[in-house]
Amino acid sequence: MSEVAEKTKAPKEPLFSKKNRKLVTDPLTDNNPITIQVLGICSALAITVQVEQAFWMSVSVLFVLALGNVIISMLRNMIPSRIRIIVQLVVVASLVIIVDQLLAAFVPDVSEKLSVFVGLIITNCIIMGRFEAFAMGNKPGPSFMDALGNSFGYAWILLAVAFFRELLGSGTFWGIEIFGSSIPGSKWGLYTMGYENNNMMILPPMALIIVGIIIWIQRSRNKELIEDH
Amino acid sequence: MESTLDIFVKAIFSENMIFAYFLGMCSYLAVSKTVKTAVGLGAAVIFVLFVTVPVNWLLENYLLKEGALAWLNPAWAEIDLSFLAFIMFIAVVASIVQLVEMIVEKFAPALYGALGIFLPLIAVNCSILGGALFMQERQYSTIVDASAFALGSGIGWFIAIVAIAAIREKIRYSDVPAPLRGLGITFILTGLMGIAFMSFMGIKYGGDEEKKDDIKAVVETSVNSNTINE
Repeated sequence: MSEVAEKTKAPKEPLFSKKNRKLVTDPLTDNNPITIQVLGICSALAITVQVEQAFWMSVSVLFVLALGNVIISMLRNMIPSRIRIIVQLVVVASLVIIVDQLLAAFVPDVSEKLSVFVGLIITNCIIMGRFEAFAMGNKPGPSFMDALGNSFGYAWILLAVAFFRELLGSGTFWGIEIFGSSIPGSKWGLYTMGYENNNMMILPPMALIIVGIIIWIQRSRNKELIEDH
Repeated sequence: MESTLDIFVKAIFSENMIFAYFLGMCSYLAVSKTVKTAVGLGAAVIFVLFVTVPVNWLLENYLLKEGALAWLNPAWAEIDLSFLAFIMFIAVVASIVQLVEMIVEKFAPALYGALGIFLPLIAVNCSILGGALFMQERQYSTIVDASAFALGSGIGWFIAIVAIAAIREKIRYSDVPAPLRGLGITFILTGLMGIAFMSFMGIKYGGDEEKKDDIKAVVETSVNSNTINE
């Protein structure tokens, strides 16, 4: 989020005009890709068992979305509309291959845990959704800002869900023991007082329920977002 | 050894695309307002998965995998093209979806009427590409196994979307807290259904033989493989 703050300090530059800043800040709250636009749920839920995975996933999505949005936006007048989906898929797939190879090279253990979900960034609805809804009709500058906003909106939901699932499910944050250790023989911290990890939290369904609760909180704060069934 | 039937049943229940891996959630949430449309999309997913996964299996085994090109020329046995898998798979999925759409439109107009609008949506449905990627990761040894996996995954997805659509049709008459209406309650319902589906993890499959000495180990490994590794 600090990057967003930095950008607001430089209003003279046209790239960071008021309209463009809105492109970045809107998706963080009232137009969040996950909780409001309902895009990119698939990968968001599956990799939120640990904060580290969620972080790398967010970075990958940021990379693919930012570059992809700029590329599509530059090509937007050359792409025949009948085959635009295929063109978009090829752009995303190439970027995802780059990300996948980079992750496998520099953070191999994370790459292993993310497994197919890196590949699934290709069909992540956030990417295609933003290409269709924004990059096809806007200049590269605003498209880049839109990509930033949506990736940060995606990232904070991911990190929030992962934070609670890892903290309550494994008692750790980024692999560091917060509540102590539950290994028999060398117990310390809260576990000596009978605290137990909630194994439910590391099961897939809890991700859905946590996102449901985030949606609940968000919509009770902003009544305009409430749907009628 | 896992038999073909094991793979099929596992893909429907304990490794359900929606409840265990959340694949295809976007269309699952968007198109589950009525049972009728849910059935249409579900059928289209079964159909497209059943067509694309075997094709991708052939590609993987005769083109992409390390040593897969040996059938063309023994000198090419060391070539490993698996990094191209993403782009190949998505190209296959997108073009097969187009092809299927045209064929269905020409030869089965009634089916086209039912599936028509859903077919283009499916090209970017995570469950289709996910099916291909899981097929690649799990290294199914024969095309029959891969097809059984595809059919099972499709049916699992179908069950999930039809079930949630039926619940959503009924929940319209319930007094859901206003901020939870629509998306929120659907998430929570899917979570609860997922918890129910977790009970299918207790089914013993052919591949589990080696783990049977300790039931706890079975539970832990299946939990881990479901949540962390995959």
